[in-house]
Parts: sequence; structure tokens; C-alpha cells
Amino acid sequence: MLVRLLTLGTHGALAGLVLFALAGAALAAPSGPPIRIGGTLALTGPLAPTALLHKIAGEIYVEELNRGNGLLGRPVEWVLLDDQSKPDVTRSLYEKLITVDKVDLIIGPYATSGILAGMGVAQRYQKLYVHHSFGMPHLAKYEMHFPTAAFGPEPQRTMPTTVFEALAATTNPPKTIAIVTSKFPSAQYQSNGAREVAEKRGLKVVLYLEYEFGTRDWGSLAARVKDANPDVVWIGALGLDGNQMLEAMKKLDYTPPRHFHLFPAPGPLALAPDGKQALSVTVFEEHPPFTSNPGAAKLIPLFRERATKANVPYPYIETQVAGSLAAWQVLEAAVTATKSLDDKTLGQWLRKNRVDTIIGKLRFDGPNNYGDDLFKVKQVQDGKWVIVWPRESAAPGARLLPP
Amino acid sequence: MGGLGGARSPPSWLVPSATLLGQSVVSGLLAGGLYGLLALGLSLSWGLLRLVNLTHFALALLGAYLTYQLGHVLHVSPWLAAAAIVPAFFVLGVGLHAVFAYFRVAEFASLLVTFGLAVILESVIQWFWTADYRRYETAYSTASLRLGPLFVPTLELLACLTAAALAFATWAWLRWSYVGKALRASAEDPAIAAAFGVNHRAQAFLLSGVSAAYAGIAGVYIALIATLAPSQIWAWLGVVFAVVIIGGLANPIGALLAGFLIGVSESLTMALVTPAWAPLVSFSILIVILVLRPGRV
Repeated sequence: MLVRLLTLGTHGALAGLVLFALAGAALAAPSGPPIRIGGTLALTGPLAPTALLHKIAGEIYVEELNRGNGLLGRPVEWVLLDDQSKPDVTRSLYEKLITVDKVDLIIGPYATSGILAGMGVAQRYQKLYVHHSFGMPHLAKYEMHFPTAAFGPEPQRTMPTTVFEALAATTNPPKTIAIVTSKFPSAQYQSNGAREVAEKRGLKVVLYLEYEFGTRDWGSLAARVKDANPDVVWIGALGLDGNQMLEAMKKLDYTPPRHFHLFPAPGPLALAPDGKQALSVTVFEEHPPFTSNPGAAKLIPLFRERATKANVPYPYIETQVAGSLAAWQVLEAAVTATKSLDDKTLGQWLRKNRVDTIIGKLRFDGPNNYGDDLFKVKQVQDGKWVIVWPRESAAPGARLLPP
Repeated sequence: MGGLGGARSPPSWLVPSATLLGQSVVSGLLAGGLYGLLALGLSLSWGLLRLVNLTHFALALLGAYLTYQLGHVLHVSPWLAAAAIVPAFFVLGVGLHAVFAYFRVAEFASLLVTFGLAVILESVIQWFWTADYRRYETAYSTASLRLGPLFVPTLELLACLTAAALAFATWAWLRWSYVGKALRASAEDPAIAAAFGVNHRAQAFLLSGVSAAYAGIAGVYIALIATLAPSQIWAWLGVVFAVVIIGGLANPIGALLAGFLIGVSESLTMALVTPAWAPLVSFSILIVILVLRPGRV
């Protein structure tokens, strides 16, 4: 069994984690100069609440690596800088990480605009660029970028299709939709795609609104949605926008029959009274079949302990955290398999091989290095996110609850 | 969803219903009340002390987090929390002014110094409460009054009424009390005011304390109405600055009315045109007013 896991481990970090679990003490402690992996996260600014989840994910992964044999027998050091949620700062910091700090490898920041900013720098210095939350695949032209946000090459088409298929399979499928979206690039891009997919499917778009990222007056937006009275609201939002929209609608004595949230802060929406039966998309939730993955089983309690300590209100691994862990797993798998830190060597290996991660097997041989769209539809049920579509990935006994 | 040949989406500028228009005006007035409440202390310190106090925004958010902490963790009612926060912030405001006075911080320098202080406070808030969102849920978080087809959220209405009460009380204080007259005289001509026996230094401490206390009051309402994140310190900066300038420095009623003007304009823009244009409104109004009346600052 151990030998088999080791064989798989050449293609994936999950096996490595299991190895640590089984043989932890027997492994030699990493030694020598550390392998320095540089990256930024939005530790402050409007993206900080979600970036905190990525920080915790990275910390526990690096700690687990160092508890084992590190990378190539050397300890790993994560050089993490605060990009303040600003793409211009992100760009400068990646420049600094590569030219001043001279890190061995880099890993991407959180969210589309920052990742795009860092990608330009990575391309200039021909650095391998693994990242976990980029929502506009058509803009990622650099041949050595490797995304673990498993959107597939056309998420603006495939993701809404999955969502609308799930809704169509319910007993009373919606006939009208209101789309309200932030102008944050990935949210706007995918929501605009949702509008086109909805129209093609015969779902009448009764309202399409775009608002500035960081808007304050939710009352007026809520009034427009109430006035349109759709069967389902698509909230193309990041972070807490969805919570605030639902709350504003409730103040107008209105609750939409169904509400979908594109990139919500997972905890606040699941735990809010208004978040009941909220819909979203995900690549991982803490229930079978995902939890039967041995790597996931090991990481779940580690994340829960650390996130609870950091006062994260929803200390469960879900799509944001899983994407982040997958990025580290991809990096580890490439280094372990090639026994190299050379960016080109690692990139060539990743383009040719699939990597086993917490969110499933990732491949990077499609358009712009994107593989399959692994996103599923999830719903808040009893205060927790559970996958409800497609049926083969659904939590045991779970189905999309109608309004 | 099963139908075929779905219609194209409607444009976002279709003529709205009367209910939507009315609801937008209500939303705008209530949002404007909060702008006015936040602008009040800033307008006083800028107009009468010549301090452009960006710390005001950080204090308001600190007040919000303290309300959240007292209410969510220690189950203290927000109104009791306000009773503790407001005097504490008064003292804090006096302390801050002692620092400004000691270092003789001038008007332009105050912008930089208070920006630095606001950044420090943001870091302290993030260190203590983390960057994660905080929401103070109360039994009345989503309560609304119904006026025919319109809904008036109770907490926003209370914030608006508080802003109005404070604006009128402050206006009366500045107009009729000795301290108010002395403060206005010192702002106008410190040398002449001093010749008439005005102790500007002592009154400046008082006004600074009052401004900070107003930030505390705004913070209590922010905790009850909004979702908290440390970076929110900067969320109101632009619009509140516009409110202060449009309303006129040290003009409490002007600040309140300017808040209403901007709130309703933003809200109607959202209802009639598109939400994405709303942020342009406050600055467009500001530019127009500065062009027509350039002496407002």
C-alpha cells in the first residue's frame, strides 16, 4: 500500500501528505538552506477577509512540508508579503521577490486582478507561476502560468450552464432571472456570460445591473431587484456583497425565491439567517466523496484548528481554501517529480502531467493551460455548504432544495 | 427555464415604477443621514480647528468594532455600549488634540499626520479583530417601518434622526453659546479673538473631544447597519469629504443637507440609470459647486 502511494506521489502531493502521516517520525528532518517560495496575499484591503483563508492554507501546507522532508530534503520558507488588495502593489512586490529577495519559486496572490498583475512580472523573469483564484482564463496568455482555480477555459459559459442545469432539474424551474454584478473583473466577466447563457436557454433576464466594487448603498439595488421580481437572483459578487444585498432586500420585506452568489465569503453567507438555501459554486466541500481523499482527511482538522484560532467564522475547507492547497500541491508535485527548482523544467513537467490534488486531478494542457471545469453547485443547508449538483458529487442524501 | 427563444435583457435605464422611485428617495435620504453623521465631526475640526482629521474615520470604525465587541461577545446592548463609547471617545479626542497641539500640527500637515494615525488604527483593528468580516446581528437588524408601499429600515432611520438632532444641536451650540461664538471667532481671527479673552486652546480641546464623540456615535450606527472590515475606514472617505465641502466647513446643518443631497442623488442614479454611475455623483456635484462657489474651502 505504501509503495503504491509512493508511486502515485510522484504525480501528487496528496500521497506525500499520507506518507508524512504514516511515516512522519521516520523521515529525516529537512536540512540545508531553505527553499524560498515568494508570494503576496491581500493581508489588508477589501480582499483581506478571503485572503486570510489562503494565508492559513499556505501556512499549514508549508508547516506540513517541513514536518516531513521539506522539498528535495530542504526546509521550505514562504516569503509572504502584503499586496494590500492592490494590483499595482502586487506587481511591485513580485518584482521585489524575484530581483531583491531572489526567491527560488513564486506562488500567485489572491484574486484575478492581483494574479494578472503578478503574471506580467513572472513572464518577464520567466518564472513558474502557480496560482489559485484567477477567474478570467482568456486573459492568461503566459505559457508558464498554472491555475488551480479549476474553471476550465470558458467559465463564463460552462459555470452558468452548470448552475442553470441544476435549477432546471428542480420541480419548479425558474423562468426569470435578475443579474446584479460587481464590476470586479472576474465577477463582471462571468456574470455577463451568465446573462448570455440565460438568454440562450430561454431564461428571461428581467434585470441586469453592474455596480462598483465597494458600493455602500445596497437599498437602491435591493429596490430594483424587488421591482423586477425575478424567480432567481444571480449576485455576481465577492466577499460579503451577497449578505448585504440579502439584508437590504429583507428590509424591503422581500426575499428572492432563489439566490445564487458567485464568489461569496463562504462563512458569513452560510451562517447568516438570510443565507438559507443560498446557491454558489465550489470545487470542494467537507463531505464525501471529497473527504474520502486521504490528503483531505489530514488537512481538514489542521485547517479547522488553525482557522478557529484565527476567529474565522466558518472554519471548514471549501472552494477558496481547497484551491489554495491545490496550488501548493501542484508546486510540490512538480518539484518532487523533477527534483528541480528550475522554472522551465517544472513548467514542462506540469504541461505534460496531471496532478492529484485535494480538488481532483488537474491538467494544464488545454487552452491557456486550463483543464476541466470542476465546479459544482452548492447550497446552504442547515448552516453548512453542501454540494447538490451534479448528483454524483452531491453530499450523501443532499439535493437542491426548492424555494 | 424550459422555454425557448428567451427575450433580450431589458436596458438598465427603463422608466422605473413610482414605488421604486419612492423607495430610492427613502434609501438615499437614509444613506445621506449616515454621510451627514460621519461628516459632522470632520466638518467641525476642519472648519474651526483647521485640522483635516482623517483619524475621524478610523475612530468611527473603532467605535463600530467596540460596539460589535461589547454586543456580540459580551452581550451589552448597543445603546449601553454607546453610553460607554461616547465619553471614552471624547477623552480620546482630547488626548489626540493634546498631541496635535504639542507638535503644533498645521492644517496641511494634519492631513498627513492623521492619515498615518488612521493607518495605524486600521492595523490595530486588523490585529485584534482580524481582516475577516464582522457582522453584529441584533433582533432589529432588518426591522423596517411600512409607509404604504415603501419600507423605511428602522436602524437607518434612527441614524438619520440622530444625525439631524446632532446637526441642529451643534448648530445651536455654535450660534448661541459663548463657547460656540468663541470657537467661531477664533477660527475667523485668532489674534482678535484672543484679545477679547477667548481661550482658544481650552475650547479646541473641547471641540476635538466633541468631534471624536460624534465619531463614536457614528460608529455605533455603523456597527448596527453595516458589515465591518478594517479596510472600511476608507470606504466613506471620498463621499464624506464631498459632503463636508459641499455643506460648508463648520456648518453642521449644511453637512446634513449635503449628505441628503448626495445620498438621494446616488440613489436616484442607481434607480434611473445604473448603479455603476453612483460614485460619480458625489464628486460631480462637488466639482459643480466648487466651480460655481470656489470659496467653500
